[in-house]
Amino acid sequence: MLTKARDFLMKGDITHLIILAAIIFVIMPLSMDIFRLNLVGKYLTYAFVALGLVLCWGYGGVLSLGQGVFFGLGGYCMAMYLKLQASTPELTAIQSTPGIPDFMDWNQLTELPWFWEPFHSFAFTVLAVFIIPAIFAYIIGVAMFKRRVGGVYFAIITQAVAAILTILIIGQQGYTGGVNGITDLRTLNGWDIRTDEAKYVLYFINGLLLFGAIFASRYVVKSKLGRLLVAMREREDRVRFSGYDVSNFKIFIFCLAAAISAVGGAMFTLQVGFMSPSFVGIVPSIEMVIFCAVGGRLSILGAIYGTLIVNFAKTTFSESFPELWLFAMGALFIGVVMAFPNGIAGVYQSHISPWLAKKFGSTPKDEETPIMATKKHSVESNEAQVKEPSHAGN
Amino acid sequence: MRSKTLNPTSGVRRRTLLKSLLAIPAAVMLANANFANADMVNTTGLAVTDDTVTVGILHSVTGTMAISETGSVQAEKLAIKQINAMGGVLGRKIEYIQEDGASDWPTFAEKAKKLLVSDKVAAIMGCWTSASRKAVLPVMEQYNGMLFYPTFYEGLEQSPNVIYTGQEATQQILEGIDWASRVKGAKSFYLLGSDYIWPRTSNKIARKHIEKLGLKTVGEEYYPLGHTQFNSVINKIKLKKPDVVFISVVGGSNVAFYKQLKAAGIEMGKEKPLFLTISVTEDEILGIGGENIEGIYASMKYFQSLPNENNKKFVAAFKEEYGDDIVIGDVTQAAYLGPWIWKAAVEKAGSFDIDKIKETLPGIEITAAPEGYVKVHENHHLWSKTRIGHAKLDGQYDVVYESPELIEPNPFPAGYQ
Amino acid sequence: MFAEYSAAELTSIFAMQGFAGLILFSVFVLMALGLAIIFGQMGVINMAHGEFMILGAYVTYLTSNVFANYLPGIYEAYFFVAMIIAFFVTGALGAFVEWAMIRHLYKRPLDTLLATWGLSLIMQQLYRTIFGAREVGVVLPDWLMGSYQVTDMIEVPINGIFVMILTIVISTGVWLMMQKSRLGKQTRAVVQNRPMAAAVGIDTGRVDRLTFALGCGIAGIAGSAFTMVGSTGPTSGQLYIVDTFLVVVFGGATSLLGTIASAFTISQAQSTMEFFLSGSMAKVLTLLTVVIILMLRPEGLFSLKIRR
Repeated sequence: MLTKARDFLMKGDITHLIILAAIIFVIMPLSMDIFRLNLVGKYLTYAFVALGLVLCWGYGGVLSLGQGVFFGLGGYCMAMYLKLQASTPELTAIQSTPGIPDFMDWNQLTELPWFWEPFHSFAFTVLAVFIIPAIFAYIIGVAMFKRRVGGVYFAIITQAVAAILTILIIGQQGYTGGVNGITDLRTLNGWDIRTDEAKYVLYFINGLLLFGAIFASRYVVKSKLGRLLVAMREREDRVRFSGYDVSNFKIFIFCLAAAISAVGGAMFTLQVGFMSPSFVGIVPSIEMVIFCAVGGRLSILGAIYGTLIVNFAKTTFSESFPELWLFAMGALFIGVVMAFPNGIAGVYQSHISPWLAKKFGSTPKDEETPIMATKKHSVESNEAQVKEPSHAGN
Repeated sequence: MRSKTLNPTSGVRRRTLLKSLLAIPAAVMLANANFANADMVNTTGLAVTDDTVTVGILHSVTGTMAISETGSVQAEKLAIKQINAMGGVLGRKIEYIQEDGASDWPTFAEKAKKLLVSDKVAAIMGCWTSASRKAVLPVMEQYNGMLFYPTFYEGLEQSPNVIYTGQEATQQILEGIDWASRVKGAKSFYLLGSDYIWPRTSNKIARKHIEKLGLKTVGEEYYPLGHTQFNSVINKIKLKKPDVVFISVVGGSNVAFYKQLKAAGIEMGKEKPLFLTISVTEDEILGIGGENIEGIYASMKYFQSLPNENNKKFVAAFKEEYGDDIVIGDVTQAAYLGPWIWKAAVEKAGSFDIDKIKETLPGIEITAAPEGYVKVHENHHLWSKTRIGHAKLDGQYDVVYESPELIEPNPFPAGYQ
Repeated sequence: MFAEYSAAELTSIFAMQGFAGLILFSVFVLMALGLAIIFGQMGVINMAHGEFMILGAYVTYLTSNVFANYLPGIYEAYFFVAMIIAFFVTGALGAFVEWAMIRHLYKRPLDTLLATWGLSLIMQQLYRTIFGAREVGVVLPDWLMGSYQVTDMIEVPINGIFVMILTIVISTGVWLMMQKSRLGKQTRAVVQNRPMAAAVGIDTGRVDRLTFALGCGIAGIAGSAFTMVGSTGPTSGQLYIVDTFLVVVFGGATSLLGTIASAFTISQAQSTMEFFLSGSMAKVLTLLTVVIILMLRPEGLFSLKIRR
């Protein structure tokens, strides 16, 4: 039964992937001017974070309210690299100390701090974008999951981490650019990233990387690890009793989500041209969770759609009805949790997909896919254990 | 420094034509409502027609900064309304497109780009925090716009595409510290600020200046933005007994700090220690409560209670437009100056082209400013006087000192860096 | 650093600093108590807790205006009235929120986080629409202002004393309610063994609702008290949430004692560090220490079971 359902999914999924690819690579570039397309590129970088959350929250059951930390770490790594390029001695000749970024000069630093030095190298920067956030996530993960901290506690601690990092970045303005962030980024290896052509190229690179992340995520989800994650999310004790070390899986998926978010951060820096601590803190991190929730926390493609839809709504509404937008956003949080917990993907699966199937004559699904069924199960069971650990045999 | 000319060859021909236009006496130009058609005053494709010119207003109307930026928006709109009533700029009525930065810096950058690239506005009045300005700056320089920025800030910046109508740090601080030492005999200073670039830079300048005067800094502290518990630092202040407490605390922390100070029995009226701030305008007092801050001294270039004729008219016009309860702080007044300075530069250049007004801006004088007289410096900041105000119970300031001369803006002060 | 001061001065300084620490402690307890009750009872973290506090503050503001306009004679007493009204108003709103939203989400505490965050956004925007984006100033009655001279050199702020007394009163009240009253017994029963409690006839739904309302009501009182020491604006609630959550999580939240112990530890650590270092570093170090301790002992200081 599982194999058959999986086969069906595979077939249906390819169509979905093609549709998404068409939207991202063909329809949007053709129908929008470069200004709006750049905005879409920005939204797609948030989609990386939403994607990571689908993995660690939807599949792994680990809610992180501090993904902004990893987005920011990736973004800052890239920003440091780009800033060094924009701060060559020739370009910064008017400074007291040429050759270092402008904000360091204003803070009377006379030489580059040691931890900036490695970012002269592109290879190091690319590695750093993946590795530094992953290490960070690893440390947090080991400390928490090995001791079986999960659920609400973990979420609050990720919030605290986001708060700490924000304060540190803002306070250490000589090293990080402070509250202004690292701005005025110009070239990547000599290629000017501010021109319109560059924005097009970056948009397509971003899209390609996003699809790379999608494929990587689907690979994980459909592998044995993916099934273990789902099992773990539902019945953690049983998985543990079967001999698996649950914490290792949680750590892995958390680190993976961190690395994916970091890639998003790096692409953000490239497309928007600066990075600031306002993406690291609590509020942006929670917003990224809503992108994932709206799309459907179990749907990889849903995360992308969710991000796009919420961000489009935000831009449109905040221009015309700024007051209304905040009410709408609050209502969205509540609605997504209470009325449609599986997000848009859920609505699609339960209403639109059967209708389409009927219309086009393929066999209608009369049973819910394994994913939906388990989801229904999980929301009630695993998290109930937070309240009543005395009923471990549930 | 960057400058862009979009259409070099036709520009040359237009420029020659314009130069002959400039030969006409200014009075005739101003009186002549039937202006040269749009092509002559606008060779770079800005949003200029024969009757109108469009500018952008870019402030936060939502989010945490909305409180502070409302005044700036009101001031800019009032200035535009008054200019239009006088016939507009180069005979054209000013229309504005208002965008919401939403207290989010990337949104500021995004909207700035939209205003310059899609809407092709001839100028942008906007921004408040340094972070928003820093985010917008590359956009202004890349697309060659002109931003009129009203907030008093830390300096360390000088862009050909920005006019800074607020004071930079040395103008506010040096004069304030000089006054404290000369008039109030202060010998020791305790520096307290919120933890980000403006207070940190301001205190660096303050420290150096205090040293230069041969006086002592007995403490320097920073608290995170949004911090609300200040009893420890209040104790430290009691401990060190400084002559002056120099405060650059901002935002929500402000209210908490002054309430807790008062609760700790520190009466600002007693003047021992003397409290001198660079971050509390009439707008902030609304939130803090006059009774909590009565007696503090503030160093600003503008106070609502300035007794000159220009200001009386300005305050009256503002109240008529926005209600009797309105208060006007330093930033609001600086925002009000923006459209006027722009208008003067455009009319002097006879054109809306950014490159042309870049040439005419330095040296522009406004004699009818509510703060008195200001002049645009080559570094795009304003020569202005600094005043010291003494806060009263009703939330207004008594102006107790005015610098005798205009103070030259110095955003990159040598010896303070 | 201390060389220039006499012994008497030093003692007075330490006394005042100790007092400042105690005031901070009381503030933390007040903030966290309401949340801890809810968290201990239902495992739910109410992200809109800060906004409930600010509701209490706004109620105080309105009450002070009413008194100023209609009852100027007894203006000095308005603060007590304001606090009582704040308690009931926020409690009522809490009960409504529980009924409308929270009770559907009990099995999904993570989702409750998101839903209450949405609620906080809505409440913030409501405040902005009704009261304006600017902060409102609450005028304190005279007897609450100024400081009290304990000795020649030791001064303590009166409102600090007030906050401490208030905290003691409320904590004692809550403890008494939990231990002695019928509702308290029912609440404890539901916390320990919900199905069994339901089986013996306790209306768990009603208990939940009352507990949530109580938690929100205490938040309202806290907010009302904080008008003395902080700002009242649409986004002021955000200033308190990180600290409050950490205090609750650190304390383990299964007992009042846990919350109090946690508030004490964190406040003392922070105020001591603030005295010797600058405010920012003290904050970062305090947060870091709490996070690290939580990583080593994730169930918090006082807790009965391992948390998942």
